[in-house]
Amino acid sequence: MSLTAEQVRNVARLARLGLDDGQIAEYASDLSNIIDVFSTLEKADTDAVEPMAHPLGLSARLRADTPAEVTQRDDFQALAPDTDAGVYRVPKVIE
Amino acid sequence: MQERSISDLMAARAAGELSAADLADHFLARIQCLDGDLNSLVSICGDSARERARATDAGDVENATGKLAGLPILHKDIFCTRGVRTGCGSRMLDNFVAPYDATAVAGLNSAGAITLGKTNMDEFAMGSSNETSFHGPVANPWNTSHVPGGSSGGSAAAVAAGLAPAATGTDTGGSIRQPAALCGVTGIKPTYGRVSRYGMIAFASSLDQGGCFARSAEDCAHVLQSMAGFDPRDSTSVERDVPDYSAALSGDIAGLRIGLPQEYFAQGLDPASRAVVDAAIAELEGLGAEIVEIGLPHTELAVSTYYVLAPAEASSNLARYDGVRYGHRCADPVDLDDLYTRSRAEGFGREVQRRIMIGAYVLSAGYYDAYYLKAQKTRRLIARDFSEAFDQVDLIAAPVTQAPAFKLGEKLDDPVAMYLNDIYTIPANLAGIPGMSVPAGFVDGLPVGLQLLAPWFEEARLLNAGHAFQQATDWHTYRPPGFE
Repeated sequence: MSLTAEQVRNVARLARLGLDDGQIAEYASDLSNIIDVFSTLEKADTDAVEPMAHPLGLSARLRADTPAEVTQRDDFQALAPDTDAGVYRVPKVIE
Repeated sequence: MQERSISDLMAARAAGELSAADLADHFLARIQCLDGDLNSLVSICGDSARERARATDAGDVENATGKLAGLPILHKDIFCTRGVRTGCGSRMLDNFVAPYDATAVAGLNSAGAITLGKTNMDEFAMGSSNETSFHGPVANPWNTSHVPGGSSGGSAAAVAAGLAPAATGTDTGGSIRQPAALCGVTGIKPTYGRVSRYGMIAFASSLDQGGCFARSAEDCAHVLQSMAGFDPRDSTSVERDVPDYSAALSGDIAGLRIGLPQEYFAQGLDPASRAVVDAAIAELEGLGAEIVEIGLPHTELAVSTYYVLAPAEASSNLARYDGVRYGHRCADPVDLDDLYTRSRAEGFGREVQRRIMIGAYVLSAGYYDAYYLKAQKTRRLIARDFSEAFDQVDLIAAPVTQAPAFKLGEKLDDPVAMYLNDIYTIPANLAGIPGMSVPAGFVDGLPVGLQLLAPWFEEARLLNAGHAFQQATDWHTYRPPGFE
């Protein structure tokens, strides 16, 4: 199966990757080759098989709703590219 | 000193023959003079290591009497280490200094281990050759024109070169076992959920598992002991006691039933590597194990299943890198969309972008059922193969890879060839079972590993089988020329 440039452009948009036309063409070829490999899955009869999301079949563990950690806002914000008075700064969203 | 086992080093320190400072100085000096050709380390924590060693010797740290007090160790750069850059092999996180320790790292710290540095790795653990790293490829100490394997290639190469007695790693599709095999060291990937994933940068959360590399199964038992265990901070961590791994090393495997999956010895396996694996299996039989042929009939679905599921999970996990809270941000973004798309295009390398896009594709409307849901079902078939096999046998023995280490650059531009490499290691991750690689011999001067797989939570059985093999053979004692 061959992916078109348009399909790859759509996937890149979903993944928020800003790619130029040259990169789109390269990825179209790479992704097509990889997705071809997936055709082996069609051979498997899975009509009666439940999907497996987790290797141990565990369900989410519950815990008491008690505060456990102190706020580390300053530590975390020290890592951010742009902060101001405790908030993260991004380009203007609302005109 | 790099020849000595962990228990020997710890005993020597306890007896006053060696100090933690001696250990740190010795291995830091080896790193300084030997890592130049390997590129196995991305950060060296010389000052903090020496300081901690001095404090350990002075009894000034809480863990001065811990089981691993003074043991030098390296961490894969995927594990968060407080105050030390944790870059995950990516430009995206090149400026990320972790604000906390991963639980596995904290466990080793509280046993008294001393971090000497962080090891190179494939970007976000995506790769089988350690060539996708932002910091450049790692060379295999056995032949520096060959790959060390990946994604934990730096850890494997560093232990093989005697730059530290042990190193941590992670294994999502073979990233501990494959580099351990290609570098001639012992590496264990525990059962999914055995080692906490807290602070271990996520790639594919239903597959990722932390483990370690060392020079022997016995050494791995010591290191794993301090990494394994329940962690309330990881929702998939398993609440189950950790047995005493060292105490399980009787070296006796008489009567153990070991299965050989015929699918792992079929077409594609290099005949010379096969001969090494066959000889290792004969050795296990000589030690009293009973060898049984078994089938894992859905093995041929494993690569496709994995390369649908792992990228799908990766595309979701890596959505967090948005250039807002941490990590790389592009210069002068004009709007929020530009900030996201340019930061991600600049911050992620080609293989990571490829996998994010595969993931986004298989999860997208119209393809979800055909790929993602289908692969979740074939995953169950593969896992079921193992539970049926373990009704008949106690362990499985197999090759780790189809051939010894390939040359740097040989497969880098052919992702499909690179992915097909992982055929023998991926199934264990899909099923969640533990596995290890032990050195079993050489082909043309390059190491070959024997893979051992055990039922869920039977790490002790795995380690004991590896230990029994290493009591009877000396493959694990060979050192790469120039790194003795």
